[in-house]
Amino acid sequence: MDFFDRFAIPNPSIAIYASMVAIGLTVVAIIAGLTYFKKWGYLWREWLTTVDHKRIGIMYLISALIMLFRGGVDAIMLRAQLAVPDNKLLDPQHYNEVFSTHGVIMVMFMAMPFIFAFMNYVVPLQIGARDVAFPRLNALSFWLFFFGAMLFNISFVIGGSPDAGWTSYFPLAGNDLSPHVGTNYYMMAIQISGIGSLMTGINMITTIFKMRAPGMTLMKMPMFTWSVLVTNLIIVTVFPVITVALAMGTMDRLFGTHFFATTNGGMDMLWANLFWVWGHPEVYILILPAFGLYSEIISTFSGRNLYGYKSMVASMVIISALSCMVWAHHFFTMGQGALANSFFSITTMMIAVPTGVKIFNWLFTLWKGKIRFTVPMLYSLGFIPLFVIGGVTGVMLAMSAADYQYHNTMFLVAHFHNTIIPGVVFAMLAGLTYYWPKMFGFMLNERIGKWAFWLLSIGFCLAFFPMYITGLDGQARRMYTYSEATGYGPLNMLSFVGAGVMAISFALIVYNVYYSVRYSPRNIGADPWDARSLEWATHTPVPEYNFAIEPHVASSEAFWDAKKKGHELFPGKVEKIHMPNSSGVPFIMSAIFFVFGFSMIFSLWIPAIISLIGIFACMAHRSFENDHGRYISVKEIEETETKLRGVN
Amino acid sequence: MKVDHTLPLEYSTKQNGMNIFGFWVFLAAEIMLFATLFTSYFTLEHRTGSGPSGAEIFEIAPVLIETFVLLTSSFTIGLGVHAMRIGRKKAMMTFFVITLLLGLVFLGFEIDEFITYIHEGATLQTSAFTAMLMTTLGTHGLHVTFGLFWGTAILLQVKKRGLTPETANKSFIFSLYWHFLDVVWIFIFSFIYLKGMM
Amino acid sequence: MKVKSALLMLVFTIATVLTGCEPLMVLDPKGPQAERQAHDIILSIGIMSFIVIVVFAILIYVLIKYRASKASPDYEPPHIEGNKWVELICVGIPIVIVTYFSIVSVQSNYIVEAKPQAYADKEPLIIYASSSDWKWHFSYPEENIETVNYLYIPTDRPIEFKLYSYGPITSFWIPQLGGQKYAMSDMTTTLHLAADEPGEMMGRNANFSGKGFAENMFNVTAMSQKDFDKWVKDVKKTAKPLTKEEFNKLLKPGHLGQMTFTGTHLGFNPPPEHHQMGAPGEKEGHSDDSHMEMNMDMSDHQDHN
Repeated sequence: MDFFDRFAIPNPSIAIYASMVAIGLTVVAIIAGLTYFKKWGYLWREWLTTVDHKRIGIMYLISALIMLFRGGVDAIMLRAQLAVPDNKLLDPQHYNEVFSTHGVIMVMFMAMPFIFAFMNYVVPLQIGARDVAFPRLNALSFWLFFFGAMLFNISFVIGGSPDAGWTSYFPLAGNDLSPHVGTNYYMMAIQISGIGSLMTGINMITTIFKMRAPGMTLMKMPMFTWSVLVTNLIIVTVFPVITVALAMGTMDRLFGTHFFATTNGGMDMLWANLFWVWGHPEVYILILPAFGLYSEIISTFSGRNLYGYKSMVASMVIISALSCMVWAHHFFTMGQGALANSFFSITTMMIAVPTGVKIFNWLFTLWKGKIRFTVPMLYSLGFIPLFVIGGVTGVMLAMSAADYQYHNTMFLVAHFHNTIIPGVVFAMLAGLTYYWPKMFGFMLNERIGKWAFWLLSIGFCLAFFPMYITGLDGQARRMYTYSEATGYGPLNMLSFVGAGVMAISFALIVYNVYYSVRYSPRNIGADPWDARSLEWATHTPVPEYNFAIEPHVASSEAFWDAKKKGHELFPGKVEKIHMPNSSGVPFIMSAIFFVFGFSMIFSLWIPAIISLIGIFACMAHRSFENDHGRYISVKEIEETETKLRGVN
Repeated sequence: MKVDHTLPLEYSTKQNGMNIFGFWVFLAAEIMLFATLFTSYFTLEHRTGSGPSGAEIFEIAPVLIETFVLLTSSFTIGLGVHAMRIGRKKAMMTFFVITLLLGLVFLGFEIDEFITYIHEGATLQTSAFTAMLMTTLGTHGLHVTFGLFWGTAILLQVKKRGLTPETANKSFIFSLYWHFLDVVWIFIFSFIYLKGMM
Repeated sequence: MKVKSALLMLVFTIATVLTGCEPLMVLDPKGPQAERQAHDIILSIGIMSFIVIVVFAILIYVLIKYRASKASPDYEPPHIEGNKWVELICVGIPIVIVTYFSIVSVQSNYIVEAKPQAYADKEPLIIYASSSDWKWHFSYPEENIETVNYLYIPTDRPIEFKLYSYGPITSFWIPQLGGQKYAMSDMTTTLHLAADEPGEMMGRNANFSGKGFAENMFNVTAMSQKDFDKWVKDVKKTAKPLTKEEFNKLLKPGHLGQMTFTGTHLGFNPPPEHHQMGAPGEKEGHSDDSHMEMNMDMSDHQDHN
């Protein structure tokens, strides 16, 4: 029975058994439902094998929302444990696992797919393209992410979750101090989904450089497309670094090498450096598309063009360059000495300048505008003040001498949540509400949406502002409990209440989806927000070929020009359109990746080798395959167009 | 797919152009990958623990042969692409076969080098230095191995389907990959072997 | 309105803390290094609050002035590309602020990384602080004693901590004396602190290090040099010697109470040979000797005391 012991959870608890049952029941329910409604074929044909960027975008979105739920449950557990002194809700081991998975899931499996969802759905539409440059590769990216995320999530019920923090610093994450398989999950799951991210990076860069509509020069691209371009340049630059770091970490854990170990020349500081060389740009990978979304939304609902387009672009490029030169500010306290700290301190503060320019540009976009307070706009307006608070605390943290006092405390935790939640999460919710009608053909209810926004903002302030104070009072992060004498109790209770309010707000968002599915009107037209860029120029729902006639563009607000200035967006006539075929290979290949990852995690070498061969077999199949795609005839296009015009 | 005959075959469709552009972006990511490996190598170079140092295990003769073989293969694949451009399928295939054979010779020497290291007590587990050395060399070696299979697959397709925009595109991209591996090797040769032996 | 609620929130939380509780630990410094850091923190909070208020004010102003419900239905917002001067100001002001902060930051870096200036003329007390899962070992090579989980230090004298770890990366932090620094297994780092007044303080490991991390704390007591000398003398009389076997037992993962020994572990279990900013890549061996020499030097010092 030794073989099976490794799959057992090292520290079982009621919560884990309950989740086992819940996961089991969900899987059974899904399988039963699909069988009962005879949807297996539909699922396979329309979703699992699709290479359509819009469907892939929607699948990213659904995955991100599910992961938001999982990460959110983790967060509630953490806040509940800390709500009162000497709490016994979670033991230290569980607490460590929960905060580790919370971090990884929120960054890698919630925020990343969320931005990929919008990149996939919006960018081809915004640049007037039919799909991304490599649709098949795009499907592979998604499925690699998806199976990576699944692999990470099953750690909770098979073998145990990682417990060394989302940063997984060695030697703590090494075999000696983390003997169970949790950290193997960390290494393999992030590796697999990271490969997917890298491919998305290559795909998006090529798409944006090579597939823009005629007339759309680089400086006439909508701001969101610009942000995606810059983001993907960062992805291609830094994801290889984490690939190498994770490979080295995996070898340390599985093959007994000494890269980061404490013996035989290993160097724990190398991991910290490699991790943050990727990790810091990673947060800009998350925030830049968010900035792009805010730019679109603020400009739309101010009824004005974006102020300072050129400086917006320039500031993003500068931010991306600086983001690769600041990584050591994550460990000012490692003893690099005053000179190195001064360098990284200054580069970090310099990021405040382009970011400040962006904030001012948004403010000037509102100036002389005609501001409509819709839900997406509320999130964008809430973002500005809250993100400024997060940003200025970032400058405070950048002062390395003072950082000796902030480092590893709740002050830091408050700071990065204060940038990521109003920065990224608000942007994602704004984008979700903004693009929802384009994706699904109906609007989300505004009234419920506004309630959700206010609750989320208030809950956020309640949850995170107290942490600035407890941090300055010496509460270290990642402590599973504290004594009453410390006096941290009341403020932590306040945080817990805030977390609860945020949870209610997320529940409202889910309810809003249900409510709107049932009651929202369906005849909303192609442009319900009176927007400005190309994605609103096509029908709702978007036909699979996006645009019947390739749009011609003369400014960054082509659709606005067409509406107000009589610009002719679609000159020419309908021609047959070349589209890629669906394929099951990306799904199958990623599933084999999942098996490979799982086998590696549990050191099952034979299945690992077999699945590796399977992966190469899939690649060989792709190489020899003779797939030239298919054509949609003019007649078919015209029929679709007439039908869609009828809808609107 | 529209074929534009004014352009070289490998660039003749829009998708072909995008494939080549995308591959350049991929190579940029590969540069970052090897840059990270090199940086880590320089960091761990002297952290030999109880194991041997570079100067103690490096031998110049096999490394020179490997370098010579790989550089020659880069030349032959260049000739192969040239033959492809002037439409000489047979010549192109011959040069590609020579390239792959040279790659195989390189790989043989590299495997022999690894076996020697292991016999001398420099294994993956010996020290941070040996692990980093073998990972850096191994990553390059695995790229070459992958290239051998990939190149063979392309050769088979060229043989079966002739020189089409698709096969030409694949062959050209493969040549980019092969040249890239050569460049990486030059860095390995200079900064790992020569620097280590000095 | 959103803004208002956020502001209220901030005021509310700050008020509760300021009225109800003792001063925040980090802002209640008991030594020169912590004082410098607290000064930087207060300074940055001040300037940053000003920026926040300016942004809030502009935002509230434009939101009230340009809301659609107030504008006439046929108002068409103008197309404005941007203005060179406005954007120059938007770049200029942040640059001025960042430059100022950079200067302060660099100055502070050199101050906290050096022997405290206030006591520059005094001989520093060297203490080796090493962590093992989940405790702290404090070796006083000059006095030739060692404690576990508690630290006695003399006031009005620079203290030079040499930090390293027998396990995961930890972070040595006494908030009221100064900021933290990592203790690692392959490098010895240096932290300069000093205490201005006698009293008890909290010290802890701030960097997550596994299961026992939350309880990984120690007590710090600052006392006059005279009391400190008396304590050393007492320890020498009463405590038992630290042997290699005893020390290896202490290293085992777990929690321990406070313990006191004569002798240190530095002789039989020396700290890592790499030093902060030192040249890496030295071979082991000769560094052991240098440590032995150092220990000898230090026992010489002791006689002077």
